[in-house]
Amino acid sequence: MTKHYDIIVIGAGPAGMSASRTAAAQGARVLVLDEQSSPGGQIYRAIEKPHNQRRRELGSSYQDGVPLVHGFRQSELDYVNAASVWQLSADLEVGYSRDGIAQLVRADRIIVATGAQERPVPIPGWTKRGVMTVGAAQILLKESSVVASDAVFAGSGPLLYLAVHQYLELGVPVKAVLDLTPAKNYLGALPALFGARADFAKILEGWQWKRAIGAAGIPLLTGVDAVRISGEKSVESVDYRRRGEWQAITCDTAFLHLGVVPNINISMAAGCDCHWSHNQACWTVTVDDWFNSSVAGVSVAGDGVSIGGAAAAEAQGGIAALGALHALGRIDASERDRLAAAYRIRLRKEMGIRHFLDLLFRPADRLRVPREADTVVCRCEEVTAGQIRETLDLGCCGPNQLKSFSRTGMGPCQGRFCGHTVSELIGEASGLPISEVGYFRLRSPIKPLPLKELADLAHSSKE
Amino acid sequence: MFTKIGQTQEESVRVWFEGCEMTVGKGLSVAAALLGEGITHFRNTPVTAAERGPFCMMGVCFDCLLVIDGQANLQACMVEVSEGMCIERQCGAADPELDPALAATANRGETTP
Ligand SMILES: Cc1cc2nc3c(=O)[nH]c(=O)nc-3n(C[C@H](O)[C@@H](O)[C@H](O)COP(=O)(O)OP(=O)(O)OC[C@H]3O[C@@H](n4cnc5c(N)ncnc54)[C@H](O)[C@@H]3O)c2cc1C
Ligand code: FES
Repeated sequence: MTKHYDIIVIGAGPAGMSASRTAAAQGARVLVLDEQSSPGGQIYRAIEKPHNQRRRELGSSYQDGVPLVHGFRQSELDYVNAASVWQLSADLEVGYSRDGIAQLVRADRIIVATGAQERPVPIPGWTKRGVMTVGAAQILLKESSVVASDAVFAGSGPLLYLAVHQYLELGVPVKAVLDLTPAKNYLGALPALFGARADFAKILEGWQWKRAIGAAGIPLLTGVDAVRISGEKSVESVDYRRRGEWQAITCDTAFLHLGVVPNINISMAAGCDCHWSHNQACWTVTVDDWFNSSVAGVSVAGDGVSIGGAAAAEAQGGIAALGALHALGRIDASERDRLAAAYRIRLRKEMGIRHFLDLLFRPADRLRVPREADTVVCRCEEVTAGQIRETLDLGCCGPNQLKSFSRTGMGPCQGRFCGHTVSELIGEASGLPISEVGYFRLRSPIKPLPLKELADLAHSSKE
Repeated sequence: MFTKIGQTQEESVRVWFEGCEMTVGKGLSVAAALLGEGITHFRNTPVTAAERGPFCMMGVCFDCLLVIDGQANLQACMVEVSEGMCIERQCGAADPELDPALAATANRGETTP
């Protein structure tokens, strides 16, 4: 018999923890599935490890996760760690694997809180070994205390400086920081600073990180407009262009970052409508005021909808859960609205700074859509920008056709690191708006599932 | 160059990578454990045999695929090390007989109407 819950929450980051706590507090039977070994999500990853709770160097925002995770642990709910969800169907059946065993569960409502992933950084050489994302550097640090000394950090956005600052505080030597924020963004974002005034402390904090990095003698180069990775098999240098001139920095590790984009695979495979956000330059899930998606019974909250940051994710999780509780008839509309009020105030405050951050850190066109023909776009199938443009010239029109003609997006990552680039490449070639170009058609399983697990599952469901 | 920081008095386990024995921290992912030992070459791609190692560390890029205890296509960043684990590089496409994980999804050639 398939187990049945009132609400299944996918993801135990700030959005998922907040949603599940809110729902459990109202007596709903809640199941939380997350593929990490402990709750926290990306920002509060491994926060239950005692050494991390002592580590001031990770920054004050990391410590904000301590009470959240504690409250989650105290809640009356079922939490399954190391559970990788590979299916969410429109009839609200969830498939997940744990320790090589696949299982199916059902609920009356699903809250998808799968967060964000790093945006692809399709620059020449980004597939070489020794190149990783800045998020990966943070994961290695928080989860395993593994760090890379003398690495080059290149990219744009708050996480870039947060990560370098964490390294600095821990005494890990950093070779250089290359800031790829386009100079024109500073001017463009200026008017939005007005809306962000409530969050001046955050802007100040970012500025202080930058200053501390400079004061520590780490070369911090702004105005870099192109980067490539050189080396035969692995990274030997990071080359960058600044004021029209190319320079090289020798290193064996490079961390890249152009911000994060919503992790849309589960929502899209379930059939939730998505749309292209111009300001965030990414696909976002279409939701209403209570974070209901277009699929009945499925809500999506947090950075898995559009990028809003951890505090916004927490508020959205609470609102989504209240909406779901109301839909289940567990609370009436006035109770729902009353309980949501505090979350809405918090969310509005968080969104004040978002517009400013979106405009300031919107990556340059040439960084999102590679100009060089031999730059790899699809890491799995090793398809280059030149090959994709040639295929498009032959008259191939949509992402799915491109996939079957060129294998782009057909590898195990299922388009996670090429889908955005592909949508934009097609938009460029066809002149169509990205929303019309669309994205790869995604289907379950959204993570490779060994056939043996699938067979065992079919067998056990027959019994 | 990757290194470990902090006190490393924590419990450890023994694993074998490409036949070499190594002692690594308990509770680490296989990817973190190998990187901590200075290993960045995890696999060779099926298409051009290019050398690859972990990129995202969060289960989305699939560049960390290894053969672990005989099972291919495992994401090293999502699997924890365990005592006696036998880890090998994954070269080229995984043998579908060994484990047809990728065949289940990735090679599902799609055509659009
Ligand atoms: C690598 C990385 C590092 C980051 N570090 C920071 C930081 O230090 N500071 C900061 O302010 N912001 C950080 N962010 C931004 C981040 O998006 C936060 O804003 C915040 O964590 C978002 O909260 P969330 O609950 O929406 O999602 P997340 O915190 O990302 O939580 C989503 C959860 O869903 C789980 N999940 C996803 N897919 C599946 C699946 N198929 N099956 C099962 N579980 C699944 C994940 O394991 C994760 O625990 C980081 C983002 C990334 C990608
Ligand atoms: S490093 Fe990206 S999936 Fe493991």
